[in-house]
Amino acid sequence: MPSQIVSLVVNGEPREFIAAPGMTLLAGLRESLGLTAAKRGCGQGTCGSCTVLVEGQARAACLVAVETVAGLSVSTLEGVATGGELDAVQSSFVDNFATQCGFCTAGMIMVTEALLDRDPDPSEEDVAEAISGNVCRCTGYQPIVIAILDAARRRREERASR
Amino acid sequence: MTYRLAAIDKSSFAAEREDDFTVIGSVVRRSDALGHVTGRTEFFEDVAPPGLAHLKMHRSARHHARIAGVDLTEALAVPGVLKILTHADIPNNLYTPLKLIGVGPDDEPILAVDKVRYLGEPICAVVAVTEAAALEGAARVKVTYEDLPAVFDVEEALAEGAPLVNEYHGQNHFIYEGHHCRRIRFGDVEKAFAEADHVFEWRYQSAPIEQAPVETTGCVVIPQADGRLRIHSDTQACFFTLDNTALILETPFNKLRIVGGTVGGGFGGKVDVVVEPVACVAAMMTDRPVKFVYNRYEEMQVSSPRAAERIYIKDAVMDDGRIIGRKVTLYVDSGAYARHTPYGTTKAAAHLPGPYSIPNVWADCHCVFTNRTPSSAMRGFGVTIGDFALESQMDRIARALDMDPLRLRLLNAYRDGDLKAHRKVAEGTALVEVIQKAAEMSGHELPEAYRRMSSLTREGL
Repeated sequence: MPSQIVSLVVNGEPREFIAAPGMTLLAGLRESLGLTAAKRGCGQGTCGSCTVLVEGQARAACLVAVETVAGLSVSTLEGVATGGELDAVQSSFVDNFATQCGFCTAGMIMVTEALLDRDPDPSEEDVAEAISGNVCRCTGYQPIVIAILDAARRRREERASR
Repeated sequence: MTYRLAAIDKSSFAAEREDDFTVIGSVVRRSDALGHVTGRTEFFEDVAPPGLAHLKMHRSARHHARIAGVDLTEALAVPGVLKILTHADIPNNLYTPLKLIGVGPDDEPILAVDKVRYLGEPICAVVAVTEAAALEGAARVKVTYEDLPAVFDVEEALAEGAPLVNEYHGQNHFIYEGHHCRRIRFGDVEKAFAEADHVFEWRYQSAPIEQAPVETTGCVVIPQADGRLRIHSDTQACFFTLDNTALILETPFNKLRIVGGTVGGGFGGKVDVVVEPVACVAAMMTDRPVKFVYNRYEEMQVSSPRAAERIYIKDAVMDDGRIIGRKVTLYVDSGAYARHTPYGTTKAAAHLPGPYSIPNVWADCHCVFTNRTPSSAMRGFGVTIGDFALESQMDRIARALDMDPLRLRLLNAYRDGDLKAHRKVAEGTALVEVIQKAAEMSGHELPEAYRRMSSLTREGL
């Protein structure tokens, strides 16, 4: 099978690169586009540190063959802050000490973005369910859950004040 | 800030407090948080130099075996394979990481020579232009083994006639200044057992525990124009890694530069110097940047876990709950090589008999070699499992005497001025106050006499 040119819309910009057969979306983002926020923790879809959004849905980029998402819209952590301003989820993660080593953070923030897009007022159980595919070995999860609930509140307040 | 912040409890040791804290009690933002939430923190694997080659290891498929032959023919024929390293390519193939602080002997090959001592031990390193080619090459290395009997249990390893795991030690245990184990001898435990109202003896055991960081162990080594090697690593110990790597490469320290300090979780699992030396040799021999990173299976199977331990505790106890003698026999499973476990075993001995004043203490703490994955550092290693055993023992004694487990501990807790089993006078003790506070916070009623106890006096004893 020959290599092929794959076109994606990444963080709102059209991008093209040459994909070897079997290339994963994670490898495409990290190695071809230099977008290294998404991490490889397991390469088996079990740790969640490579989570990105494909058409707004959280996906483990290490399990997605890049040709299967050709033409679709992909969002990574690099595209979350706009104009140098942290969004509500990012600033909430900082303020609530939801990061320690930082390796799971990109995945955690991306599943949170997907969660809050579909449910602006999640319960603690909803949050636990949303991050159940993301492993964090440092925090014990509690600061992350607190940060996500706080982020939801911040987003609702932002919307209300607009 | 929304993060919960408890006020500082100033009720204990008020006289000892300067109360001039400038940071404690205030919220300080993490200096690395901004990089983490924007994805701009650079981890070692985010470095992508042009021409990067990949290293994959062919590992032992046996627990204990002599290597009869290694055939690289098929592996070398895989398109994209640049080089296959064996033990002959490593300048100083034999090492032990704690040699920097005088611990010996060197007992572990970087790449196996004539024998493998645990499942997953590295034998040959395949360097290729792509990760897929390196994996394919590693899979096509053919090793012929002559199996040897293996031993997986610490007590079986110390028994007469057990297979010898590590010839560099000459016996299946580490030797501490001429002694077969780390020892404590304080008072006369046998006399205490004879005088005690009760003697309780129980056994405790733990399995190896993998640190399981989300970022696996690895490095990227980039040869520099000036002949130096720049090592991007997720080691928890940059200078320790640099010094050990220089010794293994037989190169001056200033030929190496480590770029690190950003670790995607370590918990002790990233202090053994296992990926950098072989990646450096590969980079030198191919004159290309080389990446050597564990996959998840390797991280779980061959990165060194917290050691398994087996602990026997025998206590001489009086009817009123006073413990007058404690005898501990503790075995730490070092696996096939020493790594940091001789030190961990010393820490285990230093921690006995727990935070209690016991007048007669005897302990033998053995660092034992078996054909299991080498164990090493992990958060409080040498201490955590001992604490599990000691505090389980305290609860079981309380249950056997039908006594409140907190009162049992308060009665035996060390106080300032007590002579500990290691001939050190205890100072700065706070166990009494911690228990009192825990009782108060959890609604556990303590009688007045126990609430009046203090680490600073012998009141109530």
